[in-house]
Amino acid sequence: MSSKSKMAKQLLHATILPVCLLLLWELLTQSRVINPQILPAPSQVFLRWIAYARPQVPYQEAHLGLLAWLFSGELPLDLFATSYRVVVGFGIGAGLALPLGLFMGTSDAVYKLCNPLIQILRPIPPIAYIPLAILWFGLGNPPAFFLISLGVFFPVLMNTISGVRHVDSIYLRAAQNLGAGGLTMFWRVILPAATPQILTGLRVGIGVGFICVIVAEMIAVNNGLGFRILEAREFFWSDKIIAGMLTIGLLGLGIDTAMNRLNNYLLRWHRGLESK
Amino acid sequence: MEVCLPDAAGLAEAQLQVQIAGVHKVFRTDAAEIVALKDINLEIRSGEFICILGPSGCGKSTLLNAVAGFSLPSSGQLLANGREVIAPGPDRAMVFQEYALFPWMTVAQNIAFGLEIKKLPKRQIAEKVDALLDKLSLNEFRDRFPKDLSGGMKQRVAIARVLALDSPIMLMDEPFGALDALTRRTLQDELLRIWMEFKKTVLFVTHSIQESIYLADRVVVMTYRPGTVKKIVPVQLPHPRDLNSEQFVSLQKELTQMVMEEQLRFQNDEIAFATCD
Repeated sequence: MSSKSKMAKQLLHATILPVCLLLLWELLTQSRVINPQILPAPSQVFLRWIAYARPQVPYQEAHLGLLAWLFSGELPLDLFATSYRVVVGFGIGAGLALPLGLFMGTSDAVYKLCNPLIQILRPIPPIAYIPLAILWFGLGNPPAFFLISLGVFFPVLMNTISGVRHVDSIYLRAAQNLGAGGLTMFWRVILPAATPQILTGLRVGIGVGFICVIVAEMIAVNNGLGFRILEAREFFWSDKIIAGMLTIGLLGLGIDTAMNRLNNYLLRWHRGLESK
Repeated sequence: MEVCLPDAAGLAEAQLQVQIAGVHKVFRTDAAEIVALKDINLEIRSGEFICILGPSGCGKSTLLNAVAGFSLPSSGQLLANGREVIAPGPDRAMVFQEYALFPWMTVAQNIAFGLEIKKLPKRQIAEKVDALLDKLSLNEFRDRFPKDLSGGMKQRVAIARVLALDSPIMLMDEPFGALDALTRRTLQDELLRIWMEFKKTVLFVTHSIQESIYLADRVVVMTYRPGTVKKIVPVQLPHPRDLNSEQFVSLQKELTQMVMEEQLRFQNDEIAFATCD
C-alpha cells in the first residue's frame, strides 16, 4: 500500500514538468504566438506520428498477411531499416575491435605494434570519413555499415585493451597458484575480469554507432529514420521532423535499455550493480 | 592425485616439507636497494604449523611470496616438497588476506576451479566440491557469488578452494587480518581442526601475537629491515589452547617484548622518513 502510493508520488514527480511544458507549448502554438509552421503543436505532432506509423494502404488492398500489413507503415519500415544498419554495423565494428583489443591487451608486442597507428586514427570523428565512405562504397547500405562500424570500433577497442591490461593482479596470482596458465588463464580469469569494462565499451560503442547511423542515413540512403527527417524538411513538415526525432530518441532508449539489461545479466556477479 | 592418508602422513613425519637456506631478497628501486630478507634459514617438517610474526615491513609476506613462487629469492636455496621453487604452483596453495575469490564464479565454481585445471573427471570434482562445502559449512552458499558473502564466509571458501587441491603445504598471508574478532576466533579453530584432520604443513603469516601462540607449533619472529629470523619460539601447549593459562600469558609477554623492539625500529624509520621528506 505505502509502496504503491510512493510509486504514484514518484510518477507524479517525474511527469509534472514534461506535462506542464507540453501544455504551455500547445497553448503557445494554438494561440499563434509561435508560428506552427516553425514549431507545430504537440497534438499536431502526435497526429502526424500516428499517420507516419499507420499502414499506407487499407488492409483489403494490401494483399498482405495481417502482421505484415500492421507493420507496413512508413515508420515501422524506417525503424526496421535503421535497426538493421545499427545491428550489422555494430556486429562488424565490435567483431573486429574485440579480438584485436584482446590481443593488444594480452600481448605487449602486439600492443606496441598497433597502438601508435590507433592513436593517430582514433581522434578522427567517424563523420569525417563520409566523403571517403561514399567514394569507396558508393550509396546504399555499405557506406552506412562502414561509418557505423567505425563509430563502434574505437570505444570497444580502447575499453577492451584497458579492461584486459588492468585486471587486478590478485586474481592472476590466485589463478597461478591454483595451477592456471595460458589459455585457462585467459578464458576463465582475464576475460571475465575484463568483462565489466568490455561491456562499457560495447555500450558506448553502440551509442556512437547510433549517432553514425542517423548521419549516414541523411547522406547515403533513401529510407530509415535519419533519411525521413531530412526528407520531411524538404517539404516543410516540421511536425513529421519532430515525430521522427522522437522515434529516434525512443529507439536509442530501447537500444540502451537492452544493452543495460544484457550488462546486468552478464555482470550479475559484480559488486554494486544490484542497486540499479 | 595424492590423498593425505593418516599413515602416509605419519611416515612423512620426519620429512622436511620446506627448506629455506641462506635466502636473501633484495628489491632495487631507482633510489635505493632494500634488503627485504637477509640470510633466512628455516626448516619446516611435514605437518608442522609455523607462524611468521613481525611488524610491517619485516619481510614476512616477502618470505611467504618466495615460498609460493610469486617472487623468487635473490640468492639462497628454497625447497618445497623436495623440489626447488621456481614458479607458483598448486603444491603450495595460498590463502590471501584479500580472499582473492573470483567474483564471477559462484562459491562452488571457485572451489572447483583448481580441480578443473587438474582435469579431474566431472563426477569426481562434484563429489569433492560437495564434501568441502559440507566440511566448511558452506552448503547454503554453494550457488552464491562472493559479493553476497561476509568476510568470514569468503575466507572459508578460499580455504576450501585450497583444500581441494590436496596440496601438502598451505600458505596463509594474514588470512584473518580483515575479520572481526569473533569471526577470527571461529576461523582459527576451524583452521586447527582442518590442519589436524588433513595433516597439512601450514606457513601462516600474522602480526597478531596472540594468534601466533594460539595456532603455531613454532613461532618465527622476524626483525624489521633487513628481515632476518630474530628467534624461533616453540609453543608446546596442547590444543585447544587456553589464552589465560600461565604458559600462554608468559609466552605472550616474551613475544610481545621481541616484537615491540622491532615495531619501535619500524616506527623510528617511519618518522625519519617523514622528516627527511
